[in-house]
Amino acid sequence: MRNLLVLGAGTAGTMAANKLRRRLDDRDWTITVVDRDDEHHYQPGYLFIPFGTYDRDDVVRTRHHFVADGIRLVLGEIDRVEPEAGLVRLEDGRTLPYDYLVIATGTTPRPDQTPGMLGPEWRKSIFDFYTLDGAEALADALLELDHGRLVVHITEMPIKCPVAPLEFTFLADDWLSERGLRQNVELVFVTPLDGPFTRPIASARLGAMLEDRNIVVESDFMLERIDAENRTLVSYDEREIPFDLLVTVPVNMGADFVARSGLGDELNYVPVDKHTLLSTKYPNIFALGDASDIPASKAGSVAHFACEVFVENFLKHIDGLPMTVAFDGHANCFVESGDDRALLIDFNYETEPLPGKYPVPVVGPLSLLEETRANHLGKLAFRHVYWNVLLPGRPVPLPSHMSMAGKHVHTKEE
Amino acid sequence: MPTTTIDGHEIHVDAEGFMTDPEEWTEVLGKSLAHQIGIELTDEHWRAIRFLRSDFHEQGETATLRRISVVGGIPTKQLFELFPQKPAKKLAYVAGLPKPHGCV
Repeated sequence: MRNLLVLGAGTAGTMAANKLRRRLDDRDWTITVVDRDDEHHYQPGYLFIPFGTYDRDDVVRTRHHFVADGIRLVLGEIDRVEPEAGLVRLEDGRTLPYDYLVIATGTTPRPDQTPGMLGPEWRKSIFDFYTLDGAEALADALLELDHGRLVVHITEMPIKCPVAPLEFTFLADDWLSERGLRQNVELVFVTPLDGPFTRPIASARLGAMLEDRNIVVESDFMLERIDAENRTLVSYDEREIPFDLLVTVPVNMGADFVARSGLGDELNYVPVDKHTLLSTKYPNIFALGDASDIPASKAGSVAHFACEVFVENFLKHIDGLPMTVAFDGHANCFVESGDDRALLIDFNYETEPLPGKYPVPVVGPLSLLEETRANHLGKLAFRHVYWNVLLPGRPVPLPSHMSMAGKHVHTKEE
Repeated sequence: MPTTTIDGHEIHVDAEGFMTDPEEWTEVLGKSLAHQIGIELTDEHWRAIRFLRSDFHEQGETATLRRISVVGGIPTKQLFELFPQKPAKKLAYVAGLPKPHGCV
């Protein structure tokens, strides 16, 4: 009997375990998945909680429901991986041996990493929306907001779902307008990047959308500390940005056990080959989803596409064969822009988000980098696809590799 | 790929002027590149440049500010003093390395 151990029953871990359970003979393989609790959160749904569109019941399900029969789900806090011994220790003293290990413990916002963030103003005037509790607390705070400076802020890249802060800003603009409060609230978007997004064409498009909405962009802002008493962001080069209500995205880091196990980089991400997701250090450890250091967006779509490549490669790898499929960093994200519309972006390691059309079977093509109602409906419909198709590991009729079909390549020159 | 000439050296650069071939870089060239963006290099600057180059050689990626601080031991605050406003980009530019990914 060989043991496959998956750490993390989130998007990547659940999908990988479910897909592999169908492909690995249960007379030869046990599959065990570990997580600290039995709550699976649909994290893309957090975005809608501050505006009252979704509540807790829309985004939380039991993990047991999604883990297929024939997979053991162990609940416990991970203490460390001992790669030389081939086992994982849990904090309660249990040990789990493995022949192959998949680390899929994601990335977590860490407000404790910035001086002044977790002070007396935390969840009074300083909020996050990448946790369910944070998003719920922010919903209450937004209801109180009738004037002042609303500052949306990214502390440091990379963060999971790098478009969500922009989406939050667009939705806040729309939400305030609907309540007739927009003219009383100054909206500011603060980023350590040199523009609203990393890749140039999307950055220009999103920048123009922010400008149209009278949203001020403060770029190249690297936060050193928050002066909570004076409600001010202070950068390493002494720039100051005051706020009445701060919606921040704290530094994101991989799990602490990754660092304790000597498997992480400076942000606790597991260094892997970006095409195979195999650890650069150990030939029987993979990292999937946000937990790895691949230079792709930390997003569910990337986890999904990477997972399909991983499964094919894993089956070869365990038979001692070379891994022949190369993951291309494919990401595909709906970007809510307010007024029940959204953009769609589709890109990979090499190709930046381009305008054009994205072909989708049955539904028909969706517009890329353009605000449409169809994209918004796609985003809302995706929650059902996530629970019912993606997590159970059923096939999604979208290619895992990015396709150039429908994309306009030469828009800049035209 | 465009080329440009700095102090008589022809080098390959991208659209923003970042060198695309780390092998073309020399310390003399680094000095000229720094001069182009108004920086006179001190020992402290060189410490950061040398870390960035050796780390790139090992990792194949330009280090982020966090990595320079955690692994290279140069605090972010100091990097902002040495390479004002945009330390990650300016440092990569002077060290003849690709612009750091930052985000993706």
